[in-house]
Amino acid sequence: MNLKPTTLTQIDEVITHYPVKRSAVLPLLHLVQEDAGWISPEAIEWIAVKLELQPINVYELVTFYPMFRQKPIGRRHIKVCRTLSCALTGGYRVCDQFQKEFGCHPGEVSADGEVTVDFVECLASCGTGPVVMIDDDLHERVDAAKVKALSDQIRTAASRRPAS
Amino acid sequence: MPAPPQRRLIFAHIDEPGYTPDLPCYLKHGGYAVMRKAFARKPEELIDEVKKSGLRGRGGAGFSCGLKWTLVDRKSGKPVYLIVNADESEPGTFKDRYIIHQDPHQLLEGTMISCFANNVKQAYIYIRGEMPQGARILEKAIAEARAANLVGRNILGTNYSCDIFVHRGAGAYICGEETGLIESLEGKRANPRIKPPYFPAVLGLYQCPTIVNNVETLCHVKHIADMGGEAYTRIGTPNNTGTRIFCVSGHVQRPGYYEFECGKITMGQLLNEVCGGPRPGRTFKAVIPGGSSAKVMRFGERYKGRRKVGADMVDYDWGVEDVPMDFDSLGLIGTMGGSGGVIVMDDSVNMVEALANINAFYSHESCGQCTPCREGSLWMKKITTRMVHGTARPEDAALLKGVADQIPGRTICAFGEACSWPTQSFLAKFGDEFRNYHETKKAAKSAAAAPLI
Repeated sequence: MNLKPTTLTQIDEVITHYPVKRSAVLPLLHLVQEDAGWISPEAIEWIAVKLELQPINVYELVTFYPMFRQKPIGRRHIKVCRTLSCALTGGYRVCDQFQKEFGCHPGEVSADGEVTVDFVECLASCGTGPVVMIDDDLHERVDAAKVKALSDQIRTAASRRPAS
Repeated sequence: MPAPPQRRLIFAHIDEPGYTPDLPCYLKHGGYAVMRKAFARKPEELIDEVKKSGLRGRGGAGFSCGLKWTLVDRKSGKPVYLIVNADESEPGTFKDRYIIHQDPHQLLEGTMISCFANNVKQAYIYIRGEMPQGARILEKAIAEARAANLVGRNILGTNYSCDIFVHRGAGAYICGEETGLIESLEGKRANPRIKPPYFPAVLGLYQCPTIVNNVETLCHVKHIADMGGEAYTRIGTPNNTGTRIFCVSGHVQRPGYYEFECGKITMGQLLNEVCGGPRPGRTFKAVIPGGSSAKVMRFGERYKGRRKVGADMVDYDWGVEDVPMDFDSLGLIGTMGGSGGVIVMDDSVNMVEALANINAFYSHESCGQCTPCREGSLWMKKITTRMVHGTARPEDAALLKGVADQIPGRTICAFGEACSWPTQSFLAKFGDEFRNYHETKKAAKSAAAAPLI
């Protein structure tokens, strides 16, 4: 595993929070995913060794908890809330519009590798629906104009990024 | 009768201009003074105050907080753990989000007082994975509190030590169920445990006695320690003490969070006056009063019976608008106050489509451990989705009821009830819409109706 030194420091620190090492699986999965973007089979093996577990004990969490990904996604992750309060105020339309903006279906990476649009369950901000999370940021009362503005922002940021 | 004014106890500083989530701001507003006072008292006295207060858990079940604490096994010699349930996931609920983001030290103070009262040496805050910024704010608040000797070793110079760590979930609703949460914190799939024997108060985290309390509940503890249990009972109504935060979402003019004395406001006052009534040109059709698993109420229906008021039995005859918003009244009419999430639907909504949305949620979130829930929630979703996007048949209503009726009471945890109550109540109250859906769906859709599935 090729993890950043800061990630490795955080991993060693977080293990000390628990009297039983196994409790640190979720925190380690979060830290690895934040660093690497997704959870590879190699990452599962690495975490298992680190916490003295069998790989299945890590793998079964990756398949159980919806936030962990077993394949890479776009550089930006757009998560549209699907659940009732947001749907009542237009969540499905918002998700459709994001898909049209970037030309991809839920769960897919856009052709330019820039975004993944996902429909997710309740984000606990029902009073300001429809809500959308882009990476770690929550956007509230998202209407057609706001989808357009957010999409433009994402494209502008992408065009300014130096080619790698 | 006009609605009473809000009574902001927990949300006193939420959205206050200039109020920031850092320690200096909290201290400037009298922060941690209650904790200092509480640490000078005997832990048993604090437990007594909470018992006297009648505080009921704000996470959904409304269980007595004092009783929960009394059940803790203190003779085992094992350490006692406290877990803050910040996994706020019940659709329609969004109160803890604002406490965590805007007033995290209030939660920490309430948590530390509760830890001291129960001789807890290690607490965890289990926050849902979808609140990464909330987790960072809590971690920063804990670091500040630790640096100021309000958390950690020998707190405030006493010989009491207690640490708190933040633990992030990863998108599974079932982690809000306390034994599922404990499994998750142990690094496993969040499959709830069977009770008995796994009552958290006896066999919880690492098989040690464990207290799991909701964020809002722990904030109430701070105010109970401050004013005393006796004084706290004077807020709200008997057996429904304190304030309650209502999270209103869906089809009202002013959705949002509102804190009132428990039982002092009716559903009609909350929706019509506080939230500004239905959207222009529309009328209310249905409301779910306590998170999406609570049984739906249909506008126009009446609830009749006898209830206890003080020592007397009194007849009641309520419309939806007349029902007082407290645990007992909502329970009396066959639904529940739950987590305080009020979801409002107006006449643009077709109930088959609304149920299809709810069923998709519960089917996605079933942990898969018990067959009736795993299969039942999936089939309820498949049937309602097919009705909307495929062929609808008049006999689907009976079929749905047949599936829903086989789930509750046959599962390890209350998710079985949570996933079947929506289907059961939607069919009981809007059965005609289900039986006639094959006809209604032929008609052109109104532009006001948002797609729900």
